[in-house]
Amino acid sequence: MTERPLPRALRPLDTVGRWAIYVIDSLGRFGTFLGQALAAILTPPFKFWAFIDRINYIGYRSLLIIVLTGSFTGMVLGLQMYLTLIRFGSEAYLGPAVALSLIRELGPVLAALMVTGRAGSALTAEIGIMRITEQIDALTVMALNPVRYLVAPSILAGLVTFPLMTAIFDVVGIFGGYLVGVELLGLSQGTYFGEMQTFVDWQDLMTGFWKSLSFGILVPWVCTYKGFHCGHGAEGVARATTEAVVLSSVLILVWDYFLGSVLP
Amino acid sequence: MIRVADLSKTFGRQAVLRGLTLEVATGEIMVVIGRSGGGKSVLLKHMIGLLHPDAGTITVDGTEITRLRGSELDGVRERYGVVFQGGALFDSMSVFDNVAFPLRERKRRAGVGEILDRVEEKLAQVGLTGMGHKNPAEISGGMRKRVAIARALVTEPEIVFFDEPTTGLDPILVNTIHHLIVELHRKFRFTAVMVSHEIPEIFQIADRVAMLHEGVIVETGAADAIQGSANPIVQQFIRGDVEAAGRVS
Repeated sequence: MTERPLPRALRPLDTVGRWAIYVIDSLGRFGTFLGQALAAILTPPFKFWAFIDRINYIGYRSLLIIVLTGSFTGMVLGLQMYLTLIRFGSEAYLGPAVALSLIRELGPVLAALMVTGRAGSALTAEIGIMRITEQIDALTVMALNPVRYLVAPSILAGLVTFPLMTAIFDVVGIFGGYLVGVELLGLSQGTYFGEMQTFVDWQDLMTGFWKSLSFGILVPWVCTYKGFHCGHGAEGVARATTEAVVLSSVLILVWDYFLGSVLP
Repeated sequence: MIRVADLSKTFGRQAVLRGLTLEVATGEIMVVIGRSGGGKSVLLKHMIGLLHPDAGTITVDGTEITRLRGSELDGVRERYGVVFQGGALFDSMSVFDNVAFPLRERKRRAGVGEILDRVEEKLAQVGLTGMGHKNPAEISGGMRKRVAIARALVTEPEIVFFDEPTTGLDPILVNTIHHLIVELHRKFRFTAVMVSHEIPEIFQIADRVAMLHEGVIVETGAADAIQGSANPIVQQFIRGDVEAAGRVS
């Protein structure tokens, strides 16, 4: 049976309707996918060694890039803030300015973006290849839940590693700022760290922590979802990997703004 | 007994299965033949519960699996072994771990010693003794197929599905794999459903053959009966008759 063509006047409405259904359907799948992963995290059997492997994959292997980007971010912040603050005679506040920028904002966001680029893309590609080579189907027909084996350990590992990566990024960044502000530009060490203790409080640390924790769910969720639902062949995997990195990066920034608005 | 009744599946605007009906008796080797892209693998994926039909039913020993989801469907799948077209071996694991995987994950009570014995036994049955330490990337295509067969059979399933198990292999390896399947079938008496277009080799191993054409089974019968069929579609496929393609398709 062939479909009767729509009148021309109704076609834009048809297009909008199809698009709306597609978006709602995708969001539903996306949400259900996370629900399945959370159910697998909370119910036995727990895949402890897969979780350890994912910590290594997402966290340990991202250490070098985190240390590198963290140190240079701190150095740039130290230099630019010193040059700005000295105009107002406020260079004594360099320490807290660097620390607050890193702890509240740049640490969680940049660490998440770096881990997305290094580990998130690899996660999508790995799961995507398992999809196109029927390895995920093989798990399914063995009566084993592939979400439990491939997704749950990644999300759990993200929850553990993202705050740790962020903490490392923050500490290395603060020492990068120290290197420029104190060692190169002559600010006293006591001023740099002393003022930091005065102005940075527990709430700032918690703001950064909640952000990194939410990115720890968001990035593995998006990246494993995209790998799980990738298209056919090498092109499908390549497209899924690109989409995973772009979507994760955009969501990190959007979610960061949202959390920045609601958290104290 | 597997009973497929009036199975239909459409992808987008393309109807792949159009009311397909097929019965597979317990303990037999049923081979489904048909042209590439004709829906053989789609049929198989419905039978193993990876796809859900638009209409129709699949019943396995009285249980309608097309209605089942989640753990109920997993309960049926625990009776299955599946050999995928490309093997679908886990490339992060060694050959031994690939074969041991279903035992470790499905039968948690199996001890380490029992797993070792059963995996070594299965690897020996497919002629891969001593290859357990290798990675799938280090072995040939024929060996990968044999590992996939060993993995599918290690849980001693009642029903084994083979999705074009000999595609891409040379004629000697094709016969080797077919003989291996027959030998293992004689030994374990599982029900086998195989999708293949290896003509005429499959006639030596099949108890019955079903010809799938344009989404329906056009003829089912013993290997000899199919070879002698008067149906022009069957004859065209068996002979690889290019001239007839235009007339019957």
